[in-house]
Amino acid sequence: MKTFRIGGFHGKDYKLTGDRAIEQMPVPDKVVIFLSQHIGAPAVCNVAKGDKVNVGTLIGKAGGFVSANIHSSVSGTVVSVDPVADGSGIKKPAVTIEVEGDQWEEGIDRSENLIPECNLDSKEIIDKISDAGIVGMGGATFPTQVKLSIPPGSKAECLIVNGVECEPYLTADHRVMLEKSDEILVGCKIVMKALGVDTCYIGIEENKKDAIKLLSSKADGGISIVPLRMRYPQGGEKQLIDAVINRQVPSGGLPIATGAVVQNIGTIFAIYEAVQKNKPLVERIVTVTGCYVSNPKNLKVRIGTSISELIAAVGGEPDNTAKVINGGPMMGRAMSNVEAPVTKGTSGILMLSARDTVREKEQACISCAKCVSACPMGLEPYLLYKLSYRRLYPDMESEKVTDCIECGCCAYTCPAHLPLLDYIRVGKAETMKIIKSRQIKK
Amino acid sequence: MSTLFYSLAILVGIGVLASVILFFVAKKFKVEENPLIEPTEKMLPGANCGGCGFAGCHAMAEALVKNDDISSLFCPVGGSETMKSIADFLGKTAPEKEPQVAVVRCNGAFCNRQRVNVFNGADSCIVESSLYSGETLCSWGCLGKGDCTKVCKFGAIKMNSDTGLPEVDQDKCTACGACVNACPKGVIELRKKGIKDRRIFVSCINKDKGGITRKACSVGCIGCMKCVKVCAFEAIKVENNVAYIDASKCRLCRKCVVECPTGAIQEVNLPPRKPVASVSSDETGVESKVEQN
Repeated sequence: MKTFRIGGFHGKDYKLTGDRAIEQMPVPDKVVIFLSQHIGAPAVCNVAKGDKVNVGTLIGKAGGFVSANIHSSVSGTVVSVDPVADGSGIKKPAVTIEVEGDQWEEGIDRSENLIPECNLDSKEIIDKISDAGIVGMGGATFPTQVKLSIPPGSKAECLIVNGVECEPYLTADHRVMLEKSDEILVGCKIVMKALGVDTCYIGIEENKKDAIKLLSSKADGGISIVPLRMRYPQGGEKQLIDAVINRQVPSGGLPIATGAVVQNIGTIFAIYEAVQKNKPLVERIVTVTGCYVSNPKNLKVRIGTSISELIAAVGGEPDNTAKVINGGPMMGRAMSNVEAPVTKGTSGILMLSARDTVREKEQACISCAKCVSACPMGLEPYLLYKLSYRRLYPDMESEKVTDCIECGCCAYTCPAHLPLLDYIRVGKAETMKIIKSRQIKK
Repeated sequence: MSTLFYSLAILVGIGVLASVILFFVAKKFKVEENPLIEPTEKMLPGANCGGCGFAGCHAMAEALVKNDDISSLFCPVGGSETMKSIADFLGKTAPEKEPQVAVVRCNGAFCNRQRVNVFNGADSCIVESSLYSGETLCSWGCLGKGDCTKVCKFGAIKMNSDTGLPEVDQDKCTACGACVNACPKGVIELRKKGIKDRRIFVSCINKDKGGITRKACSVGCIGCMKCVKVCAFEAIKVENNVAYIDASKCRLCRKCVVECPTGAIQEVNLPPRKPVASVSSDETGVESKVEQN
């Protein structure tokens, strides 16, 4: 079975909700929709306090090339356009809407009927995706239309669909593959058409045997299912390309250099809904889970719903909860504010007990190089850590810190319990600043 | 025996040959260094702290010797005295700067600022600030992980475990600025040390609106403008909901300290106040106070 060539590790997957069907969460009383839910320029707000909006009304227009539209996920009245604290307690511009009824914009098809045909050409498809404000839903939230617009000089050869979901606990993509398999396959064909390619690989890890079986039985017309060996971080874009078509993205280069375009399963489903049903990205599936949670679920929620409501929907926080994590246990972030809303990139909410989150005492690095063999990008985490600790940021650039995908394999495997990723992340941000200021000078 | 002799002879031979070659190479490629640099470097404190902006004292000495105009160069550790003696030695005019000291502009001790969550991560302010807003509701103030104390080469700044805030020992502080650069929140500022080490400063940098600041911290600056109104010397300005005292204009009358409703303005090394009756608010009272100081 295929997998990527270097680094990573295989651990227990804790998929507690893999067999639980997606549940529709009731529409909340109030939503907070951030104007920046994607990588790139924040959207520009085009509503004011007191405005009436419907589900699917554009409330924020893309603020640049790398940006995405933001739509209202409920119908009601805008009560505020002031900044609101996100899960980290940092205030971000947002639109707060009080819900009245559930009135959808005209032209949005809310029926469950499958529409298999798509007669649009490539440009029309990309325009529709761009209008719907679709971003990468695996967590990176990179605007999808940018990814589908192939830069001049490059050529797309195949589409790789990311059904790996290598983060432990998360099952949102798994459930979509099982429950929306036909829509996924139509979505793949739409994206293939947009890219002008005739091959598509859906990479799925072997712990989702039912999804592999179901999709394999239905796939046709250039789409093939690639079962992959379980290994974290296989869901990383560069690792997935390596695993599926055995090509490596050059350091500092874009994945398109290998001829592959990678899209997440959730994104494919959102593309299907946007292109075939005119539905903008106003809902997403969030896995709300944890070993001690009484009733973990996969919830379909409106974007902007408070995370505390999601927690209440699974039976509340268990008493021994020490951390609530936005995302999976490896790459997610502990939250300091659970009143923060769900965004386009919220793939899971995980409640971990004190025993699971204990930080062992740090010891000195003995240069055992476990982090080096764990790094899927072939970096030297112990060195980057030391450089960042001493604030030698210019030296980190030559050590390729910008290639780091922040997967956390280094810190996970470190026998000295050093906070490798914490420091590397700081160093990466500082190095990015240095690079950016240099580009501006030019 | 002969083996021993030969090996010794060969080794000695190589040694002699190498020394001869090295002697000529050293002559040929000798780097001429300005003879003034070495004595200048000796006059500098030798802390290699980087407070001057150069990599160390040698680089600073080079710059001092090379540049004709040294007014922009200053060694904060040595201070005006050192700069004057160096300038006399080099025959240049010395830059004059008043002695400075680092001040921590946050008074959000455990008793003043409630902790609403716990940071369970790397013991470092820069890591904590890269991840989230902090353990309290104030997203501007001191995070209390002590990055400033780790970078201080003079042991002048230490964490106080009772308050969770760093404290500066003004006798040890050389105003090199290492802590200022280390603090990701920009809490620490270099301020004029002041006559007789007396100074008044606003111990808060919270730019949130008054109500939000008040909720987060009992001693935060709420930008109420009271101090601005009471200041007779126009030394205080309120920008972005936070007051700032211009040390060059402040005449240490302490009216603002009394006026501040939250106690965000701090005085250092000022003598204890006389009984309330003598703290008059008219102009003459201010003048006499200033003279006393």
